[in-house]
Amino acid sequence: MISIDWYLALSAVLFCIGIIGVLIRKNAIVIFMCVELMLNAVNLSLLSFSSYHGNVDGQILVFFSLAVAAAEAVVGLAIIIAIFRNNLSVDVSRINLLRW
Amino acid sequence: MLENYLPIVILAVIALVLAILLMTLSRVLGPFRPNKNKLSPYESGMDPVGEADERYSISFYLVAMAFIVFDIEVVFLYPWTVQYLDAGVGTLVSMIIFILELFVGLVYLIKKGMLDWDIDQFKL
Amino acid sequence: MNYLHDLSTFLPGIIVGVAGLIVVLIDCYKDDYKGIVGLTIASLTAALAISIMDLFGPTGESFYGMISYGGVAAFGNTVILFGTLFCVLISYEYLEAIDHNFGEVYAMILFATTGMLGLASANNLVMIFLGLETMSICLYVLAGIIKERKTGAEAALKYFLLGAFSTGFLLYGMALLYGATGSLDIQEIAQAASSDLLFVAGGGLLLVGFFFKVSAVPFHMWTPDVYEGTPTTLTAYMSTASKSAAFIAFITIVSRLLPEGTADWSQVLQVIAIATMILGNIIALVQDNIKRMLAYSSIAHAGYLLVGLAAATPEGYSAVLYYLLAYTIMNIGAFGVVAYYERQHGLDLLDINNYAGLGFKRPMMAVMLSIFLFSLAGIPGFVGFVGKYYVFAAAIHADLIGLAIVGVLASAASVYYYLRPMVFMYMREAHKDIPLVKSGWMFKGSLIVLTILTIYFGIAPADLSHLLSSYYSGDWIAQTLIP
Repeated sequence: MISIDWYLALSAVLFCIGIIGVLIRKNAIVIFMCVELMLNAVNLSLLSFSSYHGNVDGQILVFFSLAVAAAEAVVGLAIIIAIFRNNLSVDVSRINLLRW
Repeated sequence: MLENYLPIVILAVIALVLAILLMTLSRVLGPFRPNKNKLSPYESGMDPVGEADERYSISFYLVAMAFIVFDIEVVFLYPWTVQYLDAGVGTLVSMIIFILELFVGLVYLIKKGMLDWDIDQFKL
Repeated sequence: MNYLHDLSTFLPGIIVGVAGLIVVLIDCYKDDYKGIVGLTIASLTAALAISIMDLFGPTGESFYGMISYGGVAAFGNTVILFGTLFCVLISYEYLEAIDHNFGEVYAMILFATTGMLGLASANNLVMIFLGLETMSICLYVLAGIIKERKTGAEAALKYFLLGAFSTGFLLYGMALLYGATGSLDIQEIAQAASSDLLFVAGGGLLLVGFFFKVSAVPFHMWTPDVYEGTPTTLTAYMSTASKSAAFIAFITIVSRLLPEGTADWSQVLQVIAIATMILGNIIALVQDNIKRMLAYSSIAHAGYLLVGLAAATPEGYSAVLYYLLAYTIMNIGAFGVVAYYERQHGLDLLDINNYAGLGFKRPMMAVMLSIFLFSLAGIPGFVGFVGKYYVFAAAIHADLIGLAIVGVLASAASVYYYLRPMVFMYMREAHKDIPLVKSGWMFKGSLIVLTILTIYFGIAPADLSHLLSSYYSGDWIAQTLIP
C-alpha cells in the first residue's frame, strides 16, 4: 500500500509541469495540452483524497471535471482552428494585435 | 512499502540495458549495404503512394470534436447503469432528460451539415 | 426528496435552459431570427419575473443541498437575468448591423445564463465548478463570434487559454479543500475547517481562480483584450452578468466557506482590492479606445466590489449586492451607447478623438451616455454613487479606513477619464459632417429604461438596501458568520 503522500506529490509535480508549460511554450495547442495536464493532475488529487476519506464526493467531481475538460477541448480546438485560418500560425507570440 | 517495487525497477533497468546493448551490437557488427528498394517504406508490398506527413482535412477535426463530447458523456451513464435499481425512478427521468439534451446537439450537428462529407469540405 | 418542489426552486434556470435548447432546434430548421429573439426575450422576461417574486419568498436548500434558493441567490438571479435581458434587447440591432446575427448567439447567451444562475445559487463546490464552467465555455464562444476578424479570434483565444488556466487553479483549490475536510458541501467544509496548510492552500487557490474570473489585478491581463475584440453588446453581457454571477459565488465563498481565524482572508482581499482599484484607474486614464477604457474601468469596479468583500461584514456583503445591480444598470447603458456610435458605417468610432462634436448630433444618445458615465464615475444623484457609498461605508465600519481612503481617491481620479468622452462630444468641433443613423425602438427604449433606473436607484436607494440587509439578518447571519 502506497501512502497518499506519493499520489499527492505526483499530482503536485504534474500540476507544476502544466503551469510551467503554459508559461513558457509558444504553440497554442501545446499550451492547451498543458492546461489539460493541470486538470488531470487535479483529478489525480481528487481521486486519492476520495479513496483516503472513503467517500465518493471526490470521484463525482472528477466526472464533472472530465466532462468540462472535454467541452473545453472542443471549444478550444475550434478557436485554435479559427486562429490558424486567420494567421496561418498558432504561435501565440505572433498573436499580438490587441495590446494595452 | 516502496521496497516491494524494487523487482520492477530492476526489470525495467535490465530491459533498457538489454535493448540498448542489442541495438548497438547490430549496428556495429552487422553489414550495412543500402539500396533504393531497401530504404523505401513498406506498404504491403505496393509501391508507396503520396507523402506520409500529409495534411488531413478539417472535417476530421470536426468529427473529432463531436466524438469527444459524445464519448465523454458515457462517463455519466456508466455509474448510473450499475446503480439504477437502487437509485429510483427519479434518476431515470434525469437520465432521459440528459440524453434528450445530447440529442438536440446531435440534431444540430446533422442539420448544420457536419456529417455531410462532400468533397468540397475536404479542403482546409 | 420532492422532485417537483426542487425543480420549482430552480425554475428560472430551467426556463432559460429549455429556451436555449428550443432556440438550437429552431435555428436548425428555420432562418427565423425574429422568432429566436422573441423566444429569448420572452423566456428571460418570464425567468426574471419569477426570480423577482423569489426575492420575497422563503429561503432554503434543494437538490440534496446542491442549490440554495431565495435571499441572496434570488437577488443574484434577478441581477443576472436583468442584465442578460437588456443585453439581448440591445444586441439584436447591433448584431444585425455588423452582420453577425446568428441564432447560435442567443443559444449561447441562454446557456451561459443558465450557468450563471447555477453559479449564483450554488451551495456546493461541484455546483460552483459546473456553473462557472458552463458560463465560461459559452463566453469563450461568444468572444469569438466574429471569427473572420483577426481581433475577434485573438480575443477568443486569449480568453480561452487564460480562462482554462485559471480553471486549473480553481479546481486544484477545490481538491485541496476536499482533501482537508472530506466534503464538497460548503456548510460541511466550513464546519470542518482548520488552519492547517492543506485548507489554507486550498482556499488560496480557490481565491486565485475567482480573482481571474472577476478580473482582479494581477490576474486582469485578459480583460481589456477580450473586451476589445468581442462585439460590443456581448462585451456588455460579459462585463455585467458574468461578473455579477462570479461575485455572488465569491460572496458565498468568502462569507460561508472560509471562516475567520483559519487565515487572514480579509488581508488578502484588501491587498488585491487596493492593487485593482489603483491599477485599473491609472491605466484607464491613458486609453484612447473607449472600449478599452471601459474595460479598465470594469477592472477598477471589481476593485470597489472587493472592498465590500474585504469588509467581511453583513453590511459589506449587502453593499456588494447593491453595487452589482448598480454596475449592471449603468455599464450595460454605457456599452449600449458605445455600440450605437460604433455601428455607424465606415467610421472608427471606438477612438475617443472621433467623438468630437457628436454631442449635438443625436442629443438623446449623448445625454444618456453622459448620465451613464457620470454614474460610473460616482457623481451623487446616480446609482453608481449610492453603490460606492455603501461599499466604502461598510469598509469604514469594519475599521478598514485606509482601504476606504484609497478607494475614494481612486474613484476621484476616475472622474477624469469618464468625463473625457463628454468633453470631446460637447466641447470639440466635429472633424467632418458625420451622419448618424437612427436607432430602433427596442434599442432606444431599453437604453431609456436603463437611464431611468440609473436615476431612480440613485435618488431612492432605501427600499432596495433594506431588502438586501434583511437577507443577512435572521437565519442568514448565523450561516454567514460561522465562528
